[in-house]
Amino acid sequence: MEGNLSLVGYGLATIGPAIAIGLIFAAYINGVARQPESGRLLQPIAILGFALAEALAIFGLVLFFL
Amino acid sequence: MSLNVLASTLGTVAPTQDESHFPPSPEIFWQPLFSIGSVSITRVMVVVAFSVALLAWWLLATTKRAAVVPSMGQFLTEGVYGFIRNGVAKDMIGSKEFLRFVPLLFALFVFILVNNLFGITPFVQMPSMSRIGFPIALTLIVYVVYHTIGIQKHGVAGYFKFLIPGGLPGWIKPFIFVLEFITFFITRPLTLALRLFGNMFAGHMLLVVFIVGGWELFNAESLFLKLTALPSWALAFAFTLFEALVQFLQAYVFTLLAASYIGGALVDDH
Repeated sequence: MEGNLSLVGYGLATIGPAIAIGLIFAAYINGVARQPESGRLLQPIAILGFALAEALAIFGLVLFFL
Repeated sequence: MSLNVLASTLGTVAPTQDESHFPPSPEIFWQPLFSIGSVSITRVMVVVAFSVALLAWWLLATTKRAAVVPSMGQFLTEGVYGFIRNGVAKDMIGSKEFLRFVPLLFALFVFILVNNLFGITPFVQMPSMSRIGFPIALTLIVYVVYHTIGIQKHGVAGYFKFLIPGGLPGWIKPFIFVLEFITFFITRPLTLALRLFGNMFAGHMLLVVFIVGGWELFNAESLFLKLTALPSWALAFAFTLFEALVQFLQAYVFTLLAASYIGGALVDDH
């Protein structure tokens, strides 16, 4: 069986950021469900958290090619 | 010239497949448009220069005769400017000192947005942030700015003392200092550049896979493969829309994080 071990590593590395992004947006939806007016206040924080978590997934993708 | 040498030392991929054209070595990707002496002009430089010219024309033209009742162009430009000024700068830096940094943040946001959107514009289709040099340049600007602002506010010695949050037991302070030092000086610029680069690179490659792969499927011999080209192109369309969202988001996040780092350097205690 031939292949690239770094591809397996990249596949494993996507688990963490996926769970993290799910948690972040679950918290955002919970917050907006409890108090709909807080949607505008919480949105920058949600986007910031999403970008920070996705950065790690992107590192995995970029490091696969290195 | 030295870049080719570097590329050939990095291109140590031994071809394990039978075809001679796969995988490509990094030297294949160095295809400048033309060279004047030792300076090469590549496609990406032309795209960036074009984006700067486009932005300069747009911003000057829409604000030249600024009226109280705005024209459509002025309304759009003011909308984007207000979004950055209020939504990003004032929220992240605080209402006292944010005005100083709004030009930088607005320039970053609009520049990155236009260059990202070039990735899905027909006939251009080159997201210039997918070449690592451009995010590195933008990150260097933000890096110098937020360190200079911090040192200006706290002094050089005070800046390093500022790295340690207050109210900690004494034995943990060295570890926290090392961690914060690595975060401030290494992790933040690295992640800022790699986030933008990785998103644009990955998105561009996704689109290339679906479009060019669809074309290769379309040119295959069997009818079944020819038919699979159509879902491939439909997915390429869906991913183009997704890519537009990601491009806008990455421009917004870069500006947001730059504002957050500047705001973090200006705060009185950690």
